[in-house]
Amino acid sequence: MTLHITGAGPHTHTLFTVSRTMQAVIAALTPATGFALYQFGWPAIFLFLVTLLSAWLFEVASLWVARRPIAPFARDGSALLTGWLVAMTLPPYAPWWVGVLGSGIAIVIGKHLFGGLGQNLFNPAMVARAMLVIALPVQMTTWVVPPGLLNGPDLWQGLAITFAGAQEYDAISSASTLSQIQSQLGAGASMAEIAPTLPDLRARLIGLMPGSLGETSTLLILLGGLGLMAMRIISPVIPLSVLGALAVLSGISAALAPGRFAPPMLHLTSGSVMLCAFFIATDYVTSPVTAAGKMVYGIGIGALIFVIRSFGAFPEGVAFAVLLMNACTPLIETYVRPRIFGRTRSGKPLPAPGSPPRGKP
Amino acid sequence: MAFPSLAALLRPSQIFAVRGGVHPEPGKHLTAEAEVLDMPVPPLVRVPLQQHSGAMAEPLVRRDDIVLKGQLIGQARGAMSANIHAPTSGRVIAVGHFTAPHPSNLPIPTITIRSDGEDRWGPRLPRLRPEDANPDEIAAQIERAGIVGLGGAAFPAAVKLNQRRKYALDLLLLNGAECEPYLTCDDRLMREHAEGLVDGAGIMARALGVSRIVIAVEANKPEAIAALRRYKHALGIALSVAVVPTQYPMGSAKHLVLAVTGKETPARARTAELGVLVYNVGTAHAVHLAVRYGEPLISRILTVSGRAIARPANVRVLIGTPVADVIAFCGGLTAEPDRVLLGGPMMGLPIQNLRVPVVKGTCGILALSAAETRASAQMPCIRCGSCVQACPCGLTPFEMNARIHAGDLDGAVKVGLMDCIACGACAYACPSSIPLVQAFDHAKGKLAETQSRKHQQEETRRLAIARQAREAAMAEAKRQAMARRKAEMAARKATEPGAAVAELPPAQAAP
Ligand code: SF4
Ligand code: SF4
Repeated sequence: MTLHITGAGPHTHTLFTVSRTMQAVIAALTPATGFALYQFGWPAIFLFLVTLLSAWLFEVASLWVARRPIAPFARDGSALLTGWLVAMTLPPYAPWWVGVLGSGIAIVIGKHLFGGLGQNLFNPAMVARAMLVIALPVQMTTWVVPPGLLNGPDLWQGLAITFAGAQEYDAISSASTLSQIQSQLGAGASMAEIAPTLPDLRARLIGLMPGSLGETSTLLILLGGLGLMAMRIISPVIPLSVLGALAVLSGISAALAPGRFAPPMLHLTSGSVMLCAFFIATDYVTSPVTAAGKMVYGIGIGALIFVIRSFGAFPEGVAFAVLLMNACTPLIETYVRPRIFGRTRSGKPLPAPGSPPRGKP
Repeated sequence: MAFPSLAALLRPSQIFAVRGGVHPEPGKHLTAEAEVLDMPVPPLVRVPLQQHSGAMAEPLVRRDDIVLKGQLIGQARGAMSANIHAPTSGRVIAVGHFTAPHPSNLPIPTITIRSDGEDRWGPRLPRLRPEDANPDEIAAQIERAGIVGLGGAAFPAAVKLNQRRKYALDLLLLNGAECEPYLTCDDRLMREHAEGLVDGAGIMARALGVSRIVIAVEANKPEAIAALRRYKHALGIALSVAVVPTQYPMGSAKHLVLAVTGKETPARARTAELGVLVYNVGTAHAVHLAVRYGEPLISRILTVSGRAIARPANVRVLIGTPVADVIAFCGGLTAEPDRVLLGGPMMGLPIQNLRVPVVKGTCGILALSAAETRASAQMPCIRCGSCVQACPCGLTPFEMNARIHAGDLDGAVKVGLMDCIACGACAYACPSSIPLVQAFDHAKGKLAETQSRKHQQEETRRLAIARQAREAAMAEAKRQAMARRKAEMAARKATEPGAAVAELPPAQAAP
């Protein structure tokens, strides 16, 4: 009888392989995505499918060009997840080529130029988002009020909007909550005057406001994130520190200058903060691995989101905040390390307590 | 899925948290209720002369010698070694080499005995009344009986006992955690032989001169805990049971000491420096047999399990029994196993040749099906941090692995490679199935090699320098001796004429 030779243990493994992990994350995103697709109707569905499919094709093509084995990587689900996240940051009525471009940037530039799975320094979906926002300011900021699948454009109109750039269906285009705040604050209005014009808290929680697919239903995103935590796929450290830092900073500044700064609740329930906290900042590859490192990283993202939103040129700062902290990850990892068993933080052996060797006083 | 024990939550004062760890599928239900069976004497036993860490024992028998059960056939050599005894009576048919029960498959010196089927005892060791014996006598008896740690590492028990001379010890900690999945032999031993085990603990505690005995058992063995809790003293020494959380690798000595006493052993130090000595529960039982009944260590209990075994069981087998015979005793294999292991699934060693013998440190024979090993294709590291979270030593396995693969061994050492206990928790948790422990083993081996080569070179250089120095010193000494003699002669010559002057009283010498 022949047995196969494997030297060192362990000879059993956890059930959570890479592809299972990716599947779990996708499953956690599904409720929020499904609801958002229903809300925005056919054009959103088409854009979503185009983005996912192109992400996968780009992955296969990149693997082929790099002469790497295609089968295991094409099936691991990570490209699909990246495409999914890209789609969730796009305006739902954007033309198809925006989705393709986004996937292409994410997969080719964001991931494979760095060496493929596990090698990238920056979160691919956020690289795509940041580049698109800069390159296509018009397409990336044209939002619509979600009409609902049945009341919105029908199948054919949907096809026309996504693939032919049709404008005839006059969606009620509108600014997103954050750009509304920014432009009105810029025009000299105070928060007290702006607040009534914004979608109310209920609309923001359920997702009845303009925005990208992943920016609408705060509640469902939160639910999916909690699910991931329950499955121990993500640790709570990053979400808590992102949301905590954002809430604390906006809370303090709103308390000091209520007219000038949006209150914490508005920050937490608008834009893609929830998506970022649970699904983007927690990306394994681009975040620190230790709990302490994760905390530094999360706080950094939360703080940067607040700073960019309040003082920057863009109404939404999630992508830039994440990318900036991605760049800091190696640094954080160098300085924030776990303490080794039997050693002090500085790496020296612990002093031997108690019992001295026999024979000495 | 094992949950952390509720018992631990209820008594937080007793349990000190150990970081990291994993909860692999326990698989203990296969054998936990299986009473220990005695396996009949096999037709052939192969007894390796190296079953312990340290120096190989020296064979005392030759081919065609007739041996009796319990007869000394391998003599411990040097300070760090262990005696080997014949597991049964019969004729020695070979003193040669046989495949080691180790993945290396290398042949090691082995004595093969064809048993005569009578299992006749020779003279046993002289018994000892531990109540009257002094520590040295007990230690000598343990040494005579060839007892080694039965938890797997097979460290000679008597050598460990000698640490009493160097450190002020106050606690004997018996390791009944049995944190490896599948294994239940310690569990069964604690349930079925609690009395002998406690007695053995008392004997060792007496030899060590400690004032306390604690037996640490994972919370998933309530029957064993109940069985041991009936004893409050062993040979008059206070004994208690500590229930530790079910968590791999709770059975690592340093982590167990942390969980029970709250004291963390400094890096590179021994638990003895904290006044604690850790033995496996099986070792204590072997001590009991050796001291009370004069029985050397010639058999042990092990778990035979895995889904590819027809009748998983706990079996008492003679040392030297071929693995294939033990599997056959348990009904044979039901399916082609993915892997056959000696030991548990986390740290056990895969073997290819099923004719290799059971040795003193073999705590289990597992035939795992593919569904149990869950081997999957290796993927790149996705930096998920599961390994960091799982590591009980606070290391960053993914980083050590990356550095080792980049050829930067020193870099790997810098981030803690030498503090790794090779427990495998990281590789268990890795979603990319990266063989982390394999990389660490490889790197440690490489480092040891360069270390010894460097050591050798240094030694040669040191010897050369020493010789030069010696020669120079000799030449110098000769030269000085000559010079001294010359100077003395000169001085004598010089002083002789002046001596008369000097002998004159000063007053006279003055004008
Ligand atoms: S568990 Fe595996 S994939 Fe995750 S960081 Fe560690 S080595 Fe990388
Ligand atoms: S094998 Fe080493 S690195 Fe991996 S978990 Fe165990 S101690 Fe940590």
